[in-house]
Amino acid sequence: MHEKTLAELSQALQNKTLSSVELTQHYLKRIEQLDGSLNSYITVTAESALEQAAAADARIAAGNATALTGIPLAHKDLFCTQGQRTSCGSKMLDNFISPYESTVTQRFLDAGAVSLGKTNLDEFAMGSSTESSFYGPTRNPWDTARVPGGSSGGSAAAVAGRLCAAATGTDTGGSIRQPAGFTALTGLKPTYGRVSRWGMVAYASSLDQGGPMARTAEDCALMLQVMAGFDAKDSTSVDQPVPDYSASLNDSLKGLRIGLPKEYFAAGLDAATSDAISAAVKQFQALGAEVREISLPNAELAIPAYYVIAPAEASSNLSRFDGVRFGYRCDHPADLTDLYKRSRAEGFGAEVKRRIMVGTYALSAGYYDAYYLKAQKIRRLIKNDFMAAYEQVDVILCPTSPTPAFKIGEKIDDPVSLYLTDIYTITANLAGVPGVALPAGFANGLPLGMQLLGPYFSEARLLNIAHQYQQVTDWHQRAPAGY
Amino acid sequence: MSLDRTDVEKIAHLARIALSEDDIPATTAKLSGILELIDKMQAVDTSAVAPLAHPLETTQRLRADEVTESNQREAYQAIAPTTEAGLYLVPKVIE
Repeated sequence: MHEKTLAELSQALQNKTLSSVELTQHYLKRIEQLDGSLNSYITVTAESALEQAAAADARIAAGNATALTGIPLAHKDLFCTQGQRTSCGSKMLDNFISPYESTVTQRFLDAGAVSLGKTNLDEFAMGSSTESSFYGPTRNPWDTARVPGGSSGGSAAAVAGRLCAAATGTDTGGSIRQPAGFTALTGLKPTYGRVSRWGMVAYASSLDQGGPMARTAEDCALMLQVMAGFDAKDSTSVDQPVPDYSASLNDSLKGLRIGLPKEYFAAGLDAATSDAISAAVKQFQALGAEVREISLPNAELAIPAYYVIAPAEASSNLSRFDGVRFGYRCDHPADLTDLYKRSRAEGFGAEVKRRIMVGTYALSAGYYDAYYLKAQKIRRLIKNDFMAAYEQVDVILCPTSPTPAFKIGEKIDDPVSLYLTDIYTITANLAGVPGVALPAGFANGLPLGMQLLGPYFSEARLLNIAHQYQQVTDWHQRAPAGY
Repeated sequence: MSLDRTDVEKIAHLARIALSEDDIPATTAKLSGILELIDKMQAVDTSAVAPLAHPLETTQRLRADEVTESNQREAYQAIAPTTEAGLYLVPKVIE
């Protein structure tokens, strides 16, 4: 059963050749047997999953099912789920039972999907390897000595390890696309504002965006259909009609203009990834696309600007964790300041504290112009680069990261080297444009990822292009040995 | 930009994060490394560039001034570390 894609499972459920209860039991058993080797889940909600599955079977029998009804999913553990722990991978929220439901997870409940549980992540989504979680690192099913990427590494490992049909992730600087690349998945970061952020615990509010992680572009289309749309509860939600993402999957790529940003194929890119993308270029040309070189001249400024904007917003967002209203509180505080300082020192891990302090510094008196304002100006330069590129081409093709998955422990003690792994993904967050990551090949048994970036609200086109590529390649059909 | 111990102590205080004596050297080194990465921004002239706060440059949406939320105090205080009579308790602030 777990060999099937979400779209295939959906068909089997609708045809009643399979029940959601059987399917859910199957995945729960797999989680029990295999997740010890991956640590992809923080919380498994077996009891509520089986109740949801029974309700889904009844809904299918009654004839009012959706494509997602009865499909077992997993949610990144920073989407608030009512009555369940929502930890954000942090000791700070280890005891936090959410009193409300996020918009994204509510939409999946409304569609009749089953939630198997909550997946591991870098603490508060701050990381690129899922090693900074309070609940320990997640392992990559393609090589358990390696990271699955991050911050949505638990979701990536759970989908790649066939421990759920698909999962939700969030992408602030590459946290859907980079782990998708490391685990041979398809993952989509939508346009900023396309998916509601309500109930998604905030890291950097002007960059955060939820999206699907699945085995194929077709599955991502089904997931995004549920996730996307206006939400009055999110002040930056965009009120624009949601297209039928599955309807255009089979459109022809004839005449499609693809741009290769020369800055992304320069020094530092792993040779196997570069070769895989060259091979993909030939596939796209065979499908009728025209490929040309373009330039994103300010790309190298993206990481410095991101590491001002994201920490600055994080320092503000995470000020709510103060030991007073919810979450971790230190023992025996001497006074209120001691309560704040020790609750935060003991509740947050090292990387979260570092980013809060960088952001605090960047926003402190006398430094605002040199850091935050400067970074916002660079943000405009990066957006302008994309807008200029989209006058020449329809989409941009580039790697998701400079190398395949690295080893657990390899970079965790050197924050700057870890930051540089997001060099190809961060620009899309700063510009707010959508991107889809998909597998482009393998080297030494490790997946190689590529991404397609498009103009605002081009999700349907991106999924169409990814789907067409997946009709002529089989990288996405490979499964890691033992899973 | 390289930070010294005084800078780091001041930042940690502003962020309300307790730092132990043992943590200060490593924190200082790592924050300095990050700031060095960030300082690459200074190489480009942005004097003629307007800052970008929101990628789509939309403004905050306003809604009608109507009551839409009900009181959730009990649900929210059920997960608080300590409460009494509907209030959150903290150490004594005023002597």
